[in-house]
Amino acid sequence: MIERYVEIASTYGGNIDALILLIAALVGFWLVLCEVVFIGFIIKFREKPGVRGQYITGEEKHQKRWIAIPHYLVLVCDIVIIVFAVNIWYTVKQDLPEPDVTVRIIGQQWAWSFVHPGTDGLLDTEDDIKMVDELHVEKDKVYHFKLEARDVMHSFSVPVFRLKQDAVPGRIITGWFEATKLGSFDIQCAEICGIGHGMMAAKIFIESPEEHQKWVALNDPTEDSKHTSTVAANNAAAN
Amino acid sequence: MRPIATTRSATGIPTGRLAVWWLIASEIVLFGGLLSAYIMYRLSHDAWTAQAAQTNMWLGATNTFVLLTSSLTAVLAHKAADNNDTDGAFKYLWFTILGALIFVSIKAFEWTTEIQHGYTLTSSTFWSFYYCAAGLHALHVIAGATIMAIVSMDVRKGKEMQRVELCGLYWHFVDLVWIFLFPLLYIAK
Amino acid sequence: MSDSHDHHESHGFMSYAFSTDHKVIGMQYMFTGMAMALIGGFFAYAFRMQLAFPGMDVPLYGIVSSAEYNSLVTNHGTIMIFWVAMPVLIAAFGNFLIPLMIGCDDMVFPRLNRLSYQIFLLSAIVLISSFFVEGGGFGGAWTSYPPLSAKAEYNLTPLGSSLWLLAVALEFVAFLLGGINFITTVMNARAPGMTMDDIPMVIWMIVLASILFMASVGPLIAGAVMLFFDQQLGTAFFDPDRGGDPVLWQHLFWFFGHPEVYVVLLPAMGITADVMCVFARKKLFAYRTVLYTAIGTGVLSFFVWAHHQFISGIDPRMANLFTVTTLLISIPIAEMCFVYIATLYGGSIRLTTPMLWALAFLGEFMIGGVTGIFLGASGSDIYLHDSYFVLAHFHYTFFPIAIIGVFAGITFWYPKMFGKMMNETMGKIHFWGTVIPFNCIFIPLFLLGIGGQHRRIYNYEHFPELAGKSMQDMRVFATVSLCIMLIFQFVFLYNFFASLLKGKEAGKNPWKSNTLEWTTESPPPHGNWKELPNCYRGPYEYSVEGREEDYWPQNIPDDEPAGGAA
Repeated sequence: MIERYVEIASTYGGNIDALILLIAALVGFWLVLCEVVFIGFIIKFREKPGVRGQYITGEEKHQKRWIAIPHYLVLVCDIVIIVFAVNIWYTVKQDLPEPDVTVRIIGQQWAWSFVHPGTDGLLDTEDDIKMVDELHVEKDKVYHFKLEARDVMHSFSVPVFRLKQDAVPGRIITGWFEATKLGSFDIQCAEICGIGHGMMAAKIFIESPEEHQKWVALNDPTEDSKHTSTVAANNAAAN
Repeated sequence: MRPIATTRSATGIPTGRLAVWWLIASEIVLFGGLLSAYIMYRLSHDAWTAQAAQTNMWLGATNTFVLLTSSLTAVLAHKAADNNDTDGAFKYLWFTILGALIFVSIKAFEWTTEIQHGYTLTSSTFWSFYYCAAGLHALHVIAGATIMAIVSMDVRKGKEMQRVELCGLYWHFVDLVWIFLFPLLYIAK
Repeated sequence: MSDSHDHHESHGFMSYAFSTDHKVIGMQYMFTGMAMALIGGFFAYAFRMQLAFPGMDVPLYGIVSSAEYNSLVTNHGTIMIFWVAMPVLIAAFGNFLIPLMIGCDDMVFPRLNRLSYQIFLLSAIVLISSFFVEGGGFGGAWTSYPPLSAKAEYNLTPLGSSLWLLAVALEFVAFLLGGINFITTVMNARAPGMTMDDIPMVIWMIVLASILFMASVGPLIAGAVMLFFDQQLGTAFFDPDRGGDPVLWQHLFWFFGHPEVYVVLLPAMGITADVMCVFARKKLFAYRTVLYTAIGTGVLSFFVWAHHQFISGIDPRMANLFTVTTLLISIPIAEMCFVYIATLYGGSIRLTTPMLWALAFLGEFMIGGVTGIFLGASGSDIYLHDSYFVLAHFHYTFFPIAIIGVFAGITFWYPKMFGKMMNETMGKIHFWGTVIPFNCIFIPLFLLGIGGQHRRIYNYEHFPELAGKSMQDMRVFATVSLCIMLIFQFVFLYNFFASLLKGKEAGKNPWKSNTLEWTTESPPPHGNWKELPNCYRGPYEYSVEGREEDYWPQNIPDDEPAGGAA
């Protein structure tokens, strides 16, 4: 259902959508049931001449049953939701698979900086590719990201991944994703970060291995000649 | 003129005492929040141990003694008030106020020395907590002393004697907060 | 103090402004809250117009810059919760109703009550003044997360942020004082014969809300002092570069912030219970159950706060714990809704204006309640956190609470407050003109949230996925609905003031209600009763078999034949 509005481009995106649908089905059932009974009562028990209200205390056992049984059923629904929610949470946030690539993401007022590991595949080496507001990743590879913030709270949010993580100054928070769809998508900052919060947009480019290799080669900062035309080349690679 | 509502007591507990208990309850969460924040920080900052060593434990201990003594005089004031001994209640209230004044004077001396040594509110987060928590407590001491001074005026005329007990309740609470603050800020090294 | 015909105008402005009468203070809270609601509503209009028509010169406001947009949304939230929901639901109804419904002449501490209102008024003035200082009003969201809120170089509102914080702290002090008064009054000053089971539900709920508030706000007051020092004195409590921790604020804030939801919910629930019982002519179904679920909700609400912080960098293992507690809180709330629905069974329902509001509260609040499950479940919160889904969810709870619940209360007790009846036709026009547009505002926002629209963005043109026409159309639809809803509020204002002048005389008990406030004159004189009433039974003895009348006021002794006992 959500896919009609926002595509899914990560391995766990489908699970999160499924959880949302499951919750929608369970709570939707209760909501519709309650509203139908509620409106039904209002219609059925409208004031009629000569008919008085009934005196029901609700304290007797056979009356309380009407509250107690639904209340246990709600508990059962809660448990089902908890099990699935915790399960998905574990996949997305707790159980990080071994990374193929690690990138560094830095939020600051009001831009995202992305440090890609470059040709050697390692961060914090000379050939790291630093980009502002552009994150380039390869499809079907497990990425870890090291999320930092320079000044205030930001939140790294990629709707097509169904992923969100706050960036907290003073901390480095590790998360993961694996992209499953080629294309370019929005990255948002989802935590208010000052007057430029509304402009703090970035893009993620999900590329095939070949495209990605090409992009890395074009932007290798150790090769000076190409470094000067980073932006133009990078745009060409993206298109 | 006092409304009839004030004179009622459906619970059997006098209204004033009930209100002071609720006041204390709300203060407990206030200090509780501040001190839990302090403890959380303390546990994650080993460096604070060295900073806490700069506080003057002997002055802190003296102040603890002063406050405990003033709590005793507060009890004596309550006892005197129960026996309708207006002079006694008045006298012991002022002994308690005297304790508060000594406490605040020692505090002032202590802070002056510390500030002269360069430990100010902004020196580090430990000192920020130190001045914040102790300062908030000192404000309570000053407020308590002021209230007792006002109450003592009525007490001397034999009016509103029940207020002596309420002052005492509040004063024990202020004392108790210090009993938590003293080890946390001075002793834990 | 004054004679029994307490006609305040004749005593001049000063004696009105400094009156210690609980009814006067209650009215002052109510009118201040209504005035603040107009400001909060105007802010919503200004920023919704910007969202629907970006860059537009908004009529009556002007062009909304991104800084102003942030300030508008921040203060809209702050005002609606702290200066509308709290003062009207707790302080205004609490002050007006507590002494009248428990049968005494005033609060136990009238002067403390006076002081509480004065501090509250001061806090409102400080907040309003913060909009006009250099740099403008604070724009770091009502949650005020540091470091953004802590440093002027980040938020660019050096004075606005501190004044905002000061205003909020003053407001807390006002409600602490008021709360102590409410709790003590209900505990000690009840009419002779009124047991715990005889206290009307609205009074119970206001007292429980006051206790919840008192138990949760302390850490945030400490936090506010710390944040204020960070802003103005250069301490580093929340500054990560100098040994502080910004996430600590989030814990302090939400430890208060989540119980706060129930602080305003419970009084609205109480009002609904009272109004529903009167107009369904029914005894409240399982009084004790309602009470226990309210207490259960209150206790649980202290263990759920971190569900606001699932993705904010807390230990991910903690999220599991808080998912469990958060979903568990759905049980007492669901049970409360079941009880309310069960109360309607077998009633004789009269759809007066107050009853319509009360029923709408329940119907709409259930939508707000169930959508919370999506956010309390950690897995789905990863996607929905900080999106318009959250916004729509909490507006589906807060709007029923702060607007629908309040209108239920005002239209129900208006005859008692002013001695006149409100116009029913206008009341119903206002009702439908508020409730229908309300749904039209927030259902599109649910969809936008599902579509990935994140919050507090003044213009979505920078986000291609969110800038499409169909999404923009939904924004326009929501804004137009808001404008329609705001226009209908003038019907209410006209009805409110016109009825003061030419409304039908209400008499003592126009709704044939049981509770004690309806046994005195409308409006009640100073001192409330010539002779204070006694209480002989519970508040909801409607349609008792064998009685001629279908109600049985609390103050009538069992053997008195006034109602025609069999």
